[in-house]
Amino acid sequence: MNIIALVKQTPDTAQLSASMDGVKLSAEGGPRIVNPWDEYTLETAIQAREEHGGKVTALCLGPPEAADALKTALAMGVDEAVLVSDPAMAYSDSLTSARILVAAIGKIGTFDLIVGGRAAIDGNTAATTVQVAALLGVPLVSYVAELRNLDPADRTISAVRLLEKARETVTSRLPALITVVKEINEPRYPSLIGIRKAARASIPVWTCADLGLDATEVGSNASGVEWQSELPPLREANIEMIDGGPEDAARTLVDRLIEEKVI
Amino acid sequence: MDFELSEEHRMVERMVYDFARNEILPSIREHDRNGTFPHELLPKMAAQGFMGICLPVRYDGAGMDFISLGLLSEGLEWADSSVRETIAVHLGLHALPIFQWGTEEQKERFLPPLATGENIACFGLTEPGAGSDVAAMTSRARKEGDTYLVSGEKMWITLSDVADRFLVFAKTNQEEGTRGITAFLLERGWAGLTTGTIKGKMGVRASNTGWINMDEVPVPESHRLGEEGEGFKIAMSCLDNARYTVAAGAVGLMKYCLEASVSYARQRRTFGQPIGDHQLVKQLIAQMKQRIDLGELAVRKVGWLKNQGMRNTRETSMAKWYCTESAFATASDAVQVHGAYGYSDEYDVERHLRNSKSAVIYEGTSQIHQLMQADYEFGNRTDRPLRCEMPGYDPEFWQN
Repeated sequence: MNIIALVKQTPDTAQLSASMDGVKLSAEGGPRIVNPWDEYTLETAIQAREEHGGKVTALCLGPPEAADALKTALAMGVDEAVLVSDPAMAYSDSLTSARILVAAIGKIGTFDLIVGGRAAIDGNTAATTVQVAALLGVPLVSYVAELRNLDPADRTISAVRLLEKARETVTSRLPALITVVKEINEPRYPSLIGIRKAARASIPVWTCADLGLDATEVGSNASGVEWQSELPPLREANIEMIDGGPEDAARTLVDRLIEEKVI
Repeated sequence: MDFELSEEHRMVERMVYDFARNEILPSIREHDRNGTFPHELLPKMAAQGFMGICLPVRYDGAGMDFISLGLLSEGLEWADSSVRETIAVHLGLHALPIFQWGTEEQKERFLPPLATGENIACFGLTEPGAGSDVAAMTSRARKEGDTYLVSGEKMWITLSDVADRFLVFAKTNQEEGTRGITAFLLERGWAGLTTGTIKGKMGVRASNTGWINMDEVPVPESHRLGEEGEGFKIAMSCLDNARYTVAAGAVGLMKYCLEASVSYARQRRTFGQPIGDHQLVKQLIAQMKQRIDLGELAVRKVGWLKNQGMRNTRETSMAKWYCTESAFATASDAVQVHGAYGYSDEYDVERHLRNSKSAVIYEGTSQIHQLMQADYEFGNRTDRPLRCEMPGYDPEFWQN
């Protein structure tokens, strides 16, 4: 099987440095990591390769330092890694990013399965993978929590989707694109032997020219969406004193907790 | 001169810290409270190759270098000293000495199950009446045919009740002082060998610490490490490995304390402002960072010396002395920054403070290291070449 794992490098949201007043988030110069959802992407792709043979190619669109994310992918066990990077591609919105990724997938060649995470923790649009599937014209199976049956010979995949109030079993033909959620597996840590191999690996970097894209087709000029600012969610906290005797106060407290959907 | 970690080292560092964050931190507070050993971590650490991280691939190790051993120690102790102690003892005080002093037959026989974690190993030097004063040991061994009969008691032995392999030291010649000491490799289950656990420790409560009792334990000659009378040199060379992991681990402990203190000082407000805005709190933070930076330099230098195959007894002693004393001061300052909350086990800094006290005592007290450093300066102490030197890191040998 030829499997492509879509990987993004994101800021480490656990280590964003908030200013002392706590109103600004600073990702500049901070640690960057493999998008946590894509750790599940990589584990899914590697497990599929381990079961069915073939090759996993990790594909990442990002700045040159995003090669670090691909090194992690190699250390976890993917066979090849490609970085798509060009200064002209900066500030691409999700649709433009999808177009770039589709061009890169075309250059990689034939594929049976593309795996992506349910979203990236920075933009959190959950749109790019959907748009990649649409542009490629392949079925999309999103929010996959379990791969029931992956049958390369029969060219089908059966997966369980984790929806808000249901689990939905879907069978699709291959090639297909799936996005995975964290319930699907437990991502492995990079192994020490994998780290040794990854550190020595040279990761090819594909630019606009390599993909036959014009600089006007990528980046902020080609994008309809522009991000103005990124701030942490506002936190509203109130104190409400409940008067009355213990029984009345308890009843009021329970009513309020139900009202606020805490219980 | 290059102070940068290589890409490989940065990946090891990230992986180890991720492991510590995800696998150790969630359960270590309960283990510390209950004084239980985290047995569940051993197979996970083994699967990651930690148990033989710097042993050559030919002995089933991961083939990494000594800087990687330092990074592993640092990352594990960032979470808890007890977990780092397992690596210090199993690898630094048992497997690496076999790699340094063992015959090829012993290396091929004993190292693979240690590198894969199939065997867990410990080191028995200290006795109830003999710590840093090794010559005072009373454990003895007498030879009958090609078997030694080893008797004596070892105390304060990390992993004594967990390990199934024991590197112990006993006098084969009572008249010779340190020159009469010989090293032996014992196995759990042998007649006359019993172990137990010591309760009531101030810190490193998630580590197993105990005693080994040996009553005429028959040890075949094939299990003698090095020559007769070479035990003291072997023991001291073991300490060069383990003290390095102790120093590196202390840097990790300090990094945790600093991160926790900065985070807390941002949130906690007094007199209308975050306590991080108060100058005296800033001073504590700055001093923590100073100790970390200097300690890290000392540790990395030792790792580099080890990779080069250069003798590092003095530098390792210096790093161990500085880093463990710094860790104790840093953990204490971290508790101070956290105020009353820092004094409760709701926050991890009090656990780090209790843990940090142990490392200024074991592997040579701070006082012993100061005597060593002074003796080097007065010319009273020199490091003579050993019959078996620890080889420098050669990727061709280690990885093939």
